[in-house]
Amino acid sequence: MKSLIAFIVGLVFALGLGISGMTQTHVVKGFLDLFGSWNMNLVGVMAGAIAIHSVTFYFIKKRNSPLLDNKFYLPTAKNIDKRLLLGAAIFGLGWGWAGICPGPGIVSLASGQLRFVVFIASMLVGMLVFKFVESKLKK
Amino acid sequence: MVEALIGGAIIGLAVSLMLLFNGRVTGISGIVSGALSITKSDFSWRFLFILGLITGGVILRFIHPESFQSLSQNMSYYDYALAGFLVGFGTVLGSGCTSGHGVCGISRLSVRSIIATMVFITFGVISVLIFKAVKGEI
Repeated sequence: MKSLIAFIVGLVFALGLGISGMTQTHVVKGFLDLFGSWNMNLVGVMAGAIAIHSVTFYFIKKRNSPLLDNKFYLPTAKNIDKRLLLGAAIFGLGWGWAGICPGPGIVSLASGQLRFVVFIASMLVGMLVFKFVESKLKK
Repeated sequence: MVEALIGGAIIGLAVSLMLLFNGRVTGISGIVSGALSITKSDFSWRFLFILGLITGGVILRFIHPESFQSLSQNMSYYDYALAGFLVGFGTVLGSGCTSGHGVCGISRLSVRSIIATMVFITFGVISVLIFKAVKGEI
Protein backbone atom coordinates (compact mmCIF):
# COMPACT_ATOMS: atom_id res chain seq x y z
CA MET A 1 0.00 0.00 0.00
CA LYS A 2 2.81 2.43 0.86
CA SER A 3 4.41 1.59 -2.47
CA LEU A 4 1.15 2.32 -4.28
CA ILE A 5 0.96 5.73 -2.58
CA ALA A 6 4.60 6.37 -3.55
CA PHE A 7 3.74 5.53 -7.18
CA ILE A 8 0.75 7.91 -7.17
CA VAL A 9 2.80 10.68 -5.51
CA GLY A 10 5.53 10.23 -8.14
CA LEU A 11 2.99 10.39 -10.95
CA VAL A 12 1.21 13.49 -9.61
CA PHE A 13 4.56 15.17 -8.87
CA ALA A 14 5.66 14.54 -12.46
CA LEU A 15 2.47 16.11 -13.85
CA GLY A 16 3.06 19.15 -11.63
CA LEU A 17 6.63 19.49 -12.90
CA GLY A 18 5.54 19.19 -16.53
CA ILE A 19 2.60 21.61 -16.29
CA SER A 20 4.70 24.18 -14.43
CA GLY A 21 7.43 24.15 -17.10
CA MET A 22 10.13 22.74 -14.84
CA THR A 23 10.97 19.91 -17.25
CA GLN A 24 12.00 22.52 -19.84
CA THR A 25 15.67 23.23 -19.30
CA HIS A 26 15.51 26.71 -20.85
CA VAL A 27 12.83 27.73 -18.31
CA VAL A 28 15.02 26.67 -15.38
CA LYS A 29 18.18 28.17 -16.87
CA GLY A 30 16.17 31.29 -17.64
CA PHE A 31 15.36 31.62 -13.94
CA LEU A 32 19.03 31.29 -13.02
CA ASP A 33 19.97 33.77 -15.78
CA LEU A 34 19.38 36.59 -13.32
CA PHE A 35 21.50 39.07 -15.24
CA GLY A 36 20.03 38.12 -18.63
CA SER A 37 16.41 37.72 -19.75
CA TRP A 38 15.07 36.56 -16.40
CA ASN A 39 12.27 33.95 -16.43
CA MET A 40 10.44 34.07 -13.10
CA ASN A 41 8.31 30.92 -13.56
CA LEU A 42 10.33 29.00 -10.98
CA VAL A 43 9.29 31.56 -8.35
CA GLY A 44 5.66 30.76 -9.17
CA VAL A 45 6.25 27.00 -8.90
CA MET A 46 7.98 27.33 -5.53
CA ALA A 47 5.31 29.74 -4.28
CA GLY A 48 2.47 27.43 -5.37
CA ALA A 49 4.06 24.33 -3.85
CA ILE A 50 5.07 26.00 -0.59
CA ALA A 51 1.69 27.75 -0.21
CA ILE A 52 -0.10 24.39 -0.34
CA HIS A 53 2.41 22.34 1.61
CA SER A 54 3.07 24.77 4.45
CA VAL A 55 -0.68 24.63 5.25
CA THR A 56 -1.06 20.86 4.84
CA PHE A 57 2.16 20.28 6.82
CA TYR A 58 0.73 22.24 9.76
CA PHE A 59 -2.40 20.08 9.87
CA ILE A 60 -0.76 16.72 9.10
CA LYS A 61 1.79 17.26 11.87
CA LYS A 62 -1.04 17.55 14.40
CA ARG A 63 -1.55 13.80 13.92
CA ASN A 64 0.50 11.39 16.02
CA SER A 65 1.36 9.28 12.99
CA PRO A 66 0.77 9.12 9.22
CA LEU A 67 -2.13 7.01 7.92
CA LEU A 68 -0.02 4.03 6.82
CA ASP A 69 2.86 4.02 9.33
CA ASN A 70 3.37 4.38 13.05
CA LYS A 71 5.70 7.37 12.85
CA PHE A 72 6.81 10.31 10.73
CA TYR A 73 10.25 10.18 9.10
CA LEU A 74 11.24 13.83 9.13
CA PRO A 75 14.83 15.09 8.93
CA THR A 76 16.18 15.87 12.39
CA ALA A 77 19.50 17.57 11.59
CA LYS A 78 19.63 21.22 12.65
CA ASN A 79 23.26 22.24 12.20
CA ILE A 80 24.49 24.34 9.32
CA ASP A 81 27.73 22.56 8.49
CA LYS A 82 30.30 22.44 5.71
CA ARG A 83 28.62 19.37 4.19
CA LEU A 84 25.33 21.20 3.73
CA LEU A 85 26.93 24.33 2.27
CA LEU A 86 29.45 22.58 0.03
CA GLY A 87 26.86 20.03 -1.16
CA ALA A 88 24.32 22.74 -2.00
CA ALA A 89 27.02 24.73 -3.85
CA ILE A 90 28.12 21.72 -5.95
CA PHE A 91 24.49 20.83 -6.66
CA GLY A 92 23.79 24.44 -7.69
CA LEU A 93 26.69 24.44 -10.16
CA GLY A 94 25.41 21.24 -11.83
CA TRP A 95 21.79 22.44 -11.76
CA GLY A 96 22.68 25.72 -13.45
CA TRP A 97 24.93 24.13 -16.07
CA ALA A 98 22.17 21.93 -17.54
CA GLY A 99 18.98 23.40 -16.05
CA ILE A 100 18.04 19.98 -14.70
CA CYS A 101 17.56 18.84 -11.11
CA PRO A 102 16.84 15.23 -10.05
CA GLY A 103 13.02 15.29 -10.35
CA PRO A 104 12.70 16.79 -13.84
CA GLY A 105 15.69 14.67 -14.94
CA ILE A 106 13.93 11.41 -14.04
CA VAL A 107 10.54 12.54 -15.44
CA SER A 108 12.28 13.50 -18.71
CA LEU A 109 13.61 9.96 -19.18
CA ALA A 110 10.09 9.34 -20.55
CA SER A 111 10.93 11.61 -23.51
CA GLY A 112 13.38 9.01 -24.78
CA GLN A 113 15.98 11.74 -25.41
CA LEU A 114 19.54 10.56 -24.88
CA ARG A 115 20.60 13.78 -23.11
CA PHE A 116 18.42 12.89 -20.11
CA VAL A 117 19.74 9.32 -19.99
CA VAL A 118 23.30 10.73 -19.92
CA PHE A 119 22.34 13.20 -17.19
CA ILE A 120 20.63 10.64 -14.92
CA ALA A 121 23.31 7.95 -15.43
CA SER A 122 25.96 10.54 -14.47
CA MET A 123 23.87 11.63 -11.48
CA LEU A 124 23.72 8.04 -10.21
CA VAL A 125 27.50 7.76 -10.71
CA GLY A 126 27.97 11.00 -8.74
CA MET A 127 25.86 9.63 -5.88
CA LEU A 128 27.75 6.33 -5.84
CA VAL A 129 31.15 8.06 -6.01
CA PHE A 130 30.22 10.23 -3.04
CA LYS A 131 29.05 7.22 -1.03
CA PHE A 132 32.28 5.38 -1.90
CA VAL A 133 34.50 8.34 -0.92
CA GLU A 134 32.56 8.80 2.31
CA SER A 135 32.85 5.14 3.26
CA LYS A 136 36.64 5.29 2.70
CA LEU A 137 36.97 8.45 4.80
CA LYS A 138 35.08 6.88 7.68
CA LYS A 139 37.50 3.97 7.93
CA MET B 1 2.90 32.23 -14.75
CA VAL B 2 -0.59 30.76 -14.10
CA GLU B 3 0.64 27.35 -15.29
CA ALA B 4 3.66 27.70 -12.97
CA LEU B 5 1.42 28.37 -9.96
CA ILE B 6 -0.98 25.53 -10.84
CA GLY B 7 1.90 23.10 -11.44
CA GLY B 8 3.48 24.22 -8.17
CA ALA B 9 0.22 23.63 -6.31
CA ILE B 10 0.01 20.11 -7.80
CA ILE B 11 3.55 19.47 -6.54
CA GLY B 12 2.50 20.78 -3.10
CA LEU B 13 -0.45 18.36 -3.17
CA ALA B 14 1.79 15.42 -4.13
CA VAL B 15 4.29 16.00 -1.31
CA SER B 16 1.37 16.44 1.12
CA LEU B 17 -0.03 13.01 0.16
CA MET B 18 3.40 11.45 0.80
CA LEU B 19 3.54 13.00 4.27
CA LEU B 20 -0.08 12.20 5.17
CA PHE B 21 0.00 8.54 4.08
CA ASN B 22 3.64 7.46 4.37
CA GLY B 23 4.98 10.04 6.81
CA ARG B 24 7.89 10.88 4.54
CA VAL B 25 9.49 13.92 2.96
CA THR B 26 9.39 13.85 -0.86
CA GLY B 27 13.06 14.58 -1.46
CA ILE B 28 13.83 13.15 -4.86
CA SER B 29 17.61 12.97 -4.51
CA GLY B 30 17.20 11.29 -1.12
CA ILE B 31 14.67 8.76 -2.43
CA VAL B 32 16.93 7.89 -5.38
CA SER B 33 20.20 7.71 -3.41
CA GLY B 34 18.43 5.59 -0.76
CA ALA B 35 17.37 3.15 -3.48
CA LEU B 36 21.05 2.78 -4.46
CA SER B 37 21.99 1.37 -1.06
CA ILE B 38 21.69 -2.40 -1.13
CA THR B 39 21.16 -2.56 2.62
CA LYS B 40 17.99 -0.48 2.61
CA SER B 41 14.95 -2.62 3.29
CA ASP B 42 12.54 -0.02 1.89
CA PHE B 43 13.61 -0.37 -1.73
CA SER B 44 10.13 -1.11 -3.13
CA TRP B 45 8.40 2.20 -2.34
CA ARG B 46 11.44 4.13 -3.56
CA PHE B 47 11.45 2.18 -6.81
CA LEU B 48 7.70 2.66 -7.30
CA PHE B 49 8.02 6.40 -6.64
CA ILE B 50 10.63 6.63 -9.41
CA LEU B 51 8.41 4.50 -11.66
CA GLY B 52 5.55 6.92 -10.89
CA LEU B 53 7.71 9.88 -11.98
CA ILE B 54 8.53 8.20 -15.29
CA THR B 55 4.89 7.14 -15.81
CA GLY B 56 3.90 10.77 -15.22
CA GLY B 57 6.46 11.70 -17.88
CA VAL B 58 4.82 9.31 -20.35
CA ILE B 59 1.41 10.91 -19.65
CA LEU B 60 2.95 14.37 -20.17
CA ARG B 61 4.04 13.33 -23.66
CA PHE B 62 0.33 13.10 -24.55
CA ILE B 63 -1.28 15.90 -22.52
CA HIS B 64 1.61 18.43 -22.45
CA PRO B 65 4.00 17.56 -25.31
CA GLU B 66 5.98 20.81 -25.01
CA SER B 67 7.32 19.50 -21.67
CA PHE B 68 10.38 17.95 -23.28
CA GLN B 69 11.15 20.37 -26.09
CA SER B 70 14.77 21.39 -26.30
CA LEU B 71 15.54 25.07 -26.65
CA SER B 72 18.84 24.96 -24.77
CA GLN B 73 21.69 25.75 -27.11
CA ASN B 74 25.34 24.89 -26.81
CA MET B 75 24.85 21.72 -24.78
CA SER B 76 26.89 18.61 -25.61
CA TYR B 77 26.55 15.19 -23.98
CA TYR B 78 29.71 16.04 -22.02
CA ASP B 79 27.87 18.99 -20.51
CA TYR B 80 24.97 16.78 -19.45
CA ALA B 81 27.40 14.24 -17.99
CA LEU B 82 29.30 16.92 -16.04
CA ALA B 83 26.08 18.50 -14.74
CA GLY B 84 24.59 15.13 -13.78
CA PHE B 85 27.70 14.13 -11.84
CA LEU B 86 27.76 17.43 -9.89
CA VAL B 87 24.02 17.13 -9.14
CA GLY B 88 24.39 13.55 -7.88
CA PHE B 89 27.50 14.23 -5.78
CA GLY B 90 26.24 17.55 -4.40
CA THR B 91 22.73 16.41 -3.45
CA VAL B 92 23.98 13.45 -1.40
CA LEU B 93 26.67 15.59 0.29
CA GLY B 94 24.16 18.39 0.97
CA SER B 95 21.28 16.04 1.90
CA GLY B 96 18.77 17.33 -0.62
CA CYS B 97 17.74 19.03 -3.82
CA THR B 98 15.04 21.38 -5.05
CA SER B 99 12.22 19.12 -3.80
CA GLY B 100 13.60 18.08 -0.40
CA HIS B 101 15.15 21.40 0.63
CA GLY B 102 13.33 23.81 -1.69
CA VAL B 103 9.73 22.63 -1.34
CA CYS B 104 9.44 20.32 1.68
CA GLY B 105 12.12 21.94 3.84
CA ILE B 106 10.99 25.53 3.32
CA SER B 107 7.38 24.49 3.99
CA ARG B 108 8.55 23.08 7.35
CA LEU B 109 10.49 26.32 7.97
CA SER B 110 13.71 24.31 8.31
CA VAL B 111 16.61 26.76 8.64
CA ARG B 112 18.99 24.21 7.08
CA SER B 113 16.76 23.91 4.00
CA ILE B 114 16.23 27.67 3.66
CA ILE B 115 20.01 28.21 3.71
CA ALA B 116 20.67 25.26 1.36
CA THR B 117 18.10 26.66 -1.10
CA MET B 118 19.70 30.11 -1.04
CA VAL B 119 23.12 28.53 -1.61
CA PHE B 120 22.09 26.31 -4.54
CA ILE B 121 20.18 29.12 -6.26
CA THR B 122 23.21 31.43 -5.81
CA PHE B 123 25.56 28.82 -7.27
CA GLY B 124 23.05 28.07 -10.03
CA VAL B 125 23.19 31.74 -10.99
CA ILE B 126 27.00 31.63 -10.88
CA SER B 127 26.97 28.48 -13.03
CA VAL B 128 24.82 30.17 -15.68
CA LEU B 129 27.15 33.19 -15.63
CA ILE B 130 30.15 30.88 -16.22
CA PHE B 131 28.21 28.98 -18.90
CA LYS B 132 27.43 32.20 -20.78
CA ALA B 133 31.02 33.44 -20.43
CA VAL B 134 32.36 30.18 -21.91
CA LYS B 135 29.68 29.36 -24.47
CA GLY B 136 27.76 32.52 -25.24
CA GLU B 137 24.03 31.86 -24.97
CA ILE B 138 22.18 29.60 -22.51
